[in-house]
Amino acid sequence: MTHTAPVTDWASDFDVMDPRYLADPFSIWDELRQSCPIPHTDRRKSSWMPLRYEDVTAIAHDVEHFSSLKVAVIPGDEDEEPDNFDGPNLEYGLPPISADPPLHTWTRRLLLPWFSHMRVDSYIPLTRDLCQSLLDGFAGNGQADAAAHYAQQIPVRVIARILGVSTDLADTFTGWVRDVLEFADDAERRQRGAEGLFQYFLDQLELRRQHPGDDLLSELLRTEVEGEPVDDGIVLGMAGLVLIAGVDTTWSAIGSSLWHLASHADDRRRLVAEPDLMPTAVEELLRAYSPVTMAREVTEDIEYAGCPMKKGDKVLMNFPAANRDPEAFEHPEAVQLDRAHNRHVAFGSGIHRCAGSNLARMELQVALEEWLARIPEFSLAEGQEITWAGGQVRGPRVLPVVFP
Amino acid sequence: MRIRVDPDKCQGHARCYGLAPELFDVDDYGQSTVIVDEVPPELEDKARLAIANCPEYAIEIISE
Repeated sequence: MTHTAPVTDWASDFDVMDPRYLADPFSIWDELRQSCPIPHTDRRKSSWMPLRYEDVTAIAHDVEHFSSLKVAVIPGDEDEEPDNFDGPNLEYGLPPISADPPLHTWTRRLLLPWFSHMRVDSYIPLTRDLCQSLLDGFAGNGQADAAAHYAQQIPVRVIARILGVSTDLADTFTGWVRDVLEFADDAERRQRGAEGLFQYFLDQLELRRQHPGDDLLSELLRTEVEGEPVDDGIVLGMAGLVLIAGVDTTWSAIGSSLWHLASHADDRRRLVAEPDLMPTAVEELLRAYSPVTMAREVTEDIEYAGCPMKKGDKVLMNFPAANRDPEAFEHPEAVQLDRAHNRHVAFGSGIHRCAGSNLARMELQVALEEWLARIPEFSLAEGQEITWAGGQVRGPRVLPVVFP
Repeated sequence: MRIRVDPDKCQGHARCYGLAPELFDVDDYGQSTVIVDEVPPELEDKARLAIANCPEYAIEIISE
């Protein structure tokens, strides 16, 4: 299977891991929305990629024809179990994200209260302390990697606290999640990440069985559904999901937002001068730099908007492109920190709306507030390379900035 | 002005609650509800803002 050749025809042979797409997907979406708003590719697997807001939201709501059983943008981690994993069957993947109703419905209800508004508000002090201690580490240095030293360090530690696992392993967790999501084209890394992550949680579940706490893992073990304990494979999948979905995504949003503020001095100064803009600014940054693309699988041969979709085809739900659709947003290319009408779908649309959206929003806001309070003036470090991850989750991975 | 949230459409984005906590509440599962019978005139703009930001088009005006 070849998927490394440079793309020359984006309408019929796109590749979300192509260097041009990783560096600047925006211009590709703009061109395709005019000429071919649902491009197709046979790279890796027959896949369609809707780019218009209307199509993305319509398909997200049609769960009958577009299943969530296989949500990976890069096929692989969903079609296999880790080779060297000696634990319960992981056939359900990572519910509820990789599930359709009815499994989706009840597993989602188990998770939602952990990410409710009230619960998320209770995580604000620890998030603020964390951001401040990270800033203590580099604010006096005049330079930092805003992605690796700041953005990357925040969500993983908050989610570890919620799961009840050690924040000392934050870098290990981050490594596993990146192996699974960002390096999924590399089967060996993908396997290694999945094995590490599930083996770790399997051991943690045993510990919680003996010494239950007030954390999410213990709660999942305590829960009964229709009088039966939840299957261990499902508990493991849910734990894995919370870590995977809670790390790469929000870190990417924080990193992209800091990239924007580093490269747009007018917006940065305005946000410092008008802190009341923060809530709309957070929504606007989420819209303009939405990190997450999720996949669906076509359940039966169907023609959608003239596209002959076959059973088993992938549909890459390009929420980031939908949020840049001029049919849905005025001047979508412009970041307007006070944008009043912003029906963005950065957290998806329909029954799979990101269960952690309240948490992500809070982390992004607190991370930006604390950074701007300590480092109100900063810019991209001249001559130093910025690297971006893309595919399933887009965000900067190396982001050198300088400040007085 | 009277408004309601369609529980079948609401998916818990919580944008309405973020914009107008005087008018909406959200439960542990993300379901949003309108907590006032009548939207006070001074909050009508906020209600319209919530309507215009709901990604699921779940908020309806019952009467102006």
